Amino acid sequence: MAKVEKKRALTEESLREFLREMLLIRRFEEKVEERFRAGDLPGFLHVAIGQEAVAVGVCQAMDEGDVFASTHRAHGHTLARGTHPNAVMAELYGKIEGCCHGYGGSMHLYDVERGNMGANAVIGGGLPAVTGAGLAFKLRDEPRVAVAFFGDGATNIGTFHESLNLAQLWKTKTVFVCENNHWAESTPGWQHSPVWDDMSKRALAYDMRSIKVDGQDVQAVYEAAHEALDFARSGEGPVFVDVETFRMHGHYIGDPQVYRTKEDRQEAADQDPITKLRDRLGVSDDEFESLDAEANEIVEAALEFAQNGTDPQPEDALKNVYA
Amino acid sequence: MPELTYREAVRDALVEAMRADEDVFIMGEDIAEMGGSMAVTQGLLDEFGPERVRNTPISEMAIVGAGIGAAMAGMRPVVEIMYEDFLTLSLEQIVNQAAKHRFMSGGQVKVPLTIRTQGGAGWSPGAQHAQQLEAWLVHIPGLKVVYPSTPEDVRGLLWSSIYDENPVVFFEHRLLYPVKGEVPEKLEPIPLGKARTIREGTDVTVIAMGPLVHRALEAAIAAEEEGISVEIIDPRTLQPLDEDALVESVKKTNRVVVAHEAVTRMGFGAEVAAVLQYKAFDYLDAPIERVGAKFAPLAFAPVMEQFIVPHAEDVLEAIKRTVGK
Repeated sequence: MAKVEKKRALTEESLREFLREMLLIRRFEEKVEERFRAGDLPGFLHVAIGQEAVAVGVCQAMDEGDVFASTHRAHGHTLARGTHPNAVMAELYGKIEGCCHGYGGSMHLYDVERGNMGANAVIGGGLPAVTGAGLAFKLRDEPRVAVAFFGDGATNIGTFHESLNLAQLWKTKTVFVCENNHWAESTPGWQHSPVWDDMSKRALAYDMRSIKVDGQDVQAVYEAAHEALDFARSGEGPVFVDVETFRMHGHYIGDPQVYRTKEDRQEAADQDPITKLRDRLGVSDDEFESLDAEANEIVEAALEFAQNGTDPQPEDALKNVYA
Repeated sequence: MPELTYREAVRDALVEAMRADEDVFIMGEDIAEMGGSMAVTQGLLDEFGPERVRNTPISEMAIVGAGIGAAMAGMRPVVEIMYEDFLTLSLEQIVNQAAKHRFMSGGQVKVPLTIRTQGGAGWSPGAQHAQQLEAWLVHIPGLKVVYPSTPEDVRGLLWSSIYDENPVVFFEHRLLYPVKGEVPEKLEPIPLGKARTIREGTDVTVIAMGPLVHRALEAAIAAEEEGISVEIIDPRTLQPLDEDALVESVKKTNRVVVAHEAVTRMGFGAEVAAVLQYKAFDYLDAPIERVGAKFAPLAFAPVMEQFIVPHAEDVLEAIKRTVGK
């Protein structure tokens, strides 16, 4: 995907590009849902439908050379950072054309060339490494930043606290992006955290700078991420970005969400970042349909690519255990 | 040849690597001004400064995890976990992260991280400061595991661990730190995965690790007086394991004792015994003997602690059993 050149002062053209990307991620994940339900895809899968503005806003603000670690909900971050949809889809199909050649799968997407240090299936598992990468950038005096994506659920695990403490103590070049979608799997925020409605208090405890942002507004996310990245890049210290967002679907594909009220789901649907951006840009039905067709075409091509991909040899499983 | 203590030899490898390479730095609890709880890193702060000799908070997950991230970003960090009992706190990062990044990424990522730690009984630290947990780590594909017993080995193997492209868990033993030994004038890297024959013999092979190498030497001298010739092999690297060297020795002696300070059950000796019964079955003239700690946490009272851990006499008795004496 094309990188938006102009920073901060987003043109309408840039925002249209963001819309295009968010739409691609949405259609990609919808297709993944469909194929998973059809029994095509092994493993288990988590989509981030409703959270596309976070992925696109943050990833577009990143510079070449910046790195990030993602979570079990990684398709959006990976696509937004420029990994080809074909390579992501092929990975979900366990094919050697996949971005990890079938070794990783949906929850372990890597693309080192584009700064993806790996999506982690252990909640909070990637946070210490992002802190360490930010330390390395500082020690080597490199103008790079390491970004961690994680959810509100991760703010209760030890790695989160140890990482924030260490990052602030050492002023590492790290940005912590907390995607607060108010759910830790099936457990609502109010049941898992005393500060669930204001995650920036977590940063406050470590004297870390924080920025609060509406995660359904891609421009706001982009600007907040930009500010955070600039600050971290300067070596002044890490930044905690407290993103308020909404998970429109279940924890995993097929999750019946028995724990969630209709009203809550409707509230999330009302916060659809794509609809919001579309309305704001005044995109006509015709124009939207054509953008949609374009996204669907890319997704269909990715599906075809993946379905025609090559299975690894079983014995390939013994490769890549050691460098 | 000059003599160094095991402690000095570890320090020497760190100093040499840090002098040679800006990408090598160390971090851990109390390693800077204090020089480490075992005084291994004394003087390093003065020479290399606080950027490269980093005191950390008490945060084992972050210590290992930050090492992983720095390694993935191209550096060669050496992190210290003060006691191997505290490896348990960082195990998620070691087992799920360090060991698996290369694999999950389909070969895109390297994690050249060295995790130094130490443990061992013999000074009554009780049940949470002296365990020997090396076998746990050998069970994890993606990790290398090193456990040297002499100053020469600890120096050469630490250097190789730092320059290995994989995560290495490097076990040191507390009681070995003051032990002196000859070392080459200039640091000579020792490749991972090569066993050392500590002593040649013809009747029994003792495969020993860490402090049990030294106990086995005592036992071998005592056995000699009873007319039993003992060969001692130190695998030095538990993963990868130099199976050929072990098998060759057994083909010569036909009898085996495996000895380590870790609890016998599911200890590394169990794996060695399994490898040898499979690869050298026709050469074995006696059941493989295993020497290790009894199945209890380490007790505080010295008499109880000493009852639990193996001694030279235990090795000697096992040697004698294999030859039917």
